[in-house]
Amino acid sequence: MSGERGLDADSAQWLRALQASAPDRDLALARLHALLLRVARSELRRREGRHPITGPDLDDLAHQAADDALVAVTAKLGQFRGESRFTTWAYKFAVLEVSAKLGRHFWQRPAASLETDQWERLPDRLSMRPDQLAEQADLLAALRQAVEEQLTDRQRRVFTAIVVNGIPLDALVVQLGSSRNVIYKTMFDARRKLRAALVANGYLAVPAGGPAGLDSVRRSS
Amino acid sequence: MTDWPGLEEFLRTDPRDVGCDQALRILHVYVDLILSEGAGPTARRYPGVAAHLLACGPCSDDYDGLLAAAGQPAGDERA
Repeated sequence: MSGERGLDADSAQWLRALQASAPDRDLALARLHALLLRVARSELRRREGRHPITGPDLDDLAHQAADDALVAVTAKLGQFRGESRFTTWAYKFAVLEVSAKLGRHFWQRPAASLETDQWERLPDRLSMRPDQLAEQADLLAALRQAVEEQLTDRQRRVFTAIVVNGIPLDALVVQLGSSRNVIYKTMFDARRKLRAALVANGYLAVPAGGPAGLDSVRRSS
Repeated sequence: MTDWPGLEEFLRTDPRDVGCDQALRILHVYVDLILSEGAGPTARRYPGVAAHLLACGPCSDDYDGLLAAAGQPAGDERA
């Protein structure tokens, strides 16, 4: 802990209470748990429509996320440096727990599988207008060929799962026993390779630079 | 040349993109800066995080959730 110098008053109060003895610490833990539970519930509600969990199961997941977030916060209290408000730092654990738990929950769905490729859905996933399907057939074929010929086995597996089959990235993390960062980097390299292949074959213009965009698939990842 | 902006955007990568680990490590700092200084100054201060949040769906989702949570009064513990 770098000490409370520079902390806002509320964050300093949280730290004092969480490092105190009972009963002050117990009261602070109970109050923090209530806040984390509120965040977990709000987060699950905000993501409604992208997961099938409802009713008591939803509240049970929120409680699990809040419980695990509280454990993480207390275990990592010494890592809080006061670079943000304490509550923002603590809320992050609740949000990340919700993401991780939804990723694990995905595979409990009966239809969840890595095995069935859905190339016919790719144009929709990447926001192609239906009237463009015929004229972009060559590009779609070139993309599919580049996926087969340019990507490594692992890049192809990750690209196919996320982009072709619409598996959420966090769910793929669970399935492959990997991390979000590793899967994202795999996709990053795959995207760069595919773009280079399509540029080399005249399907895409040479990139002019600028920030990346994944808007059309980001909400399904 | 193609007229499929969705594909072009999807395949475009930003070399400033810091990846998930670095972005999530400072996400709480980034969110509090957004709330206090606004999006423009925060993105200029952390361009690699801003680039990542534009490209990574899961981290962008976590950012949206944390921004919503941090924007609420901490004293309101109602679910």
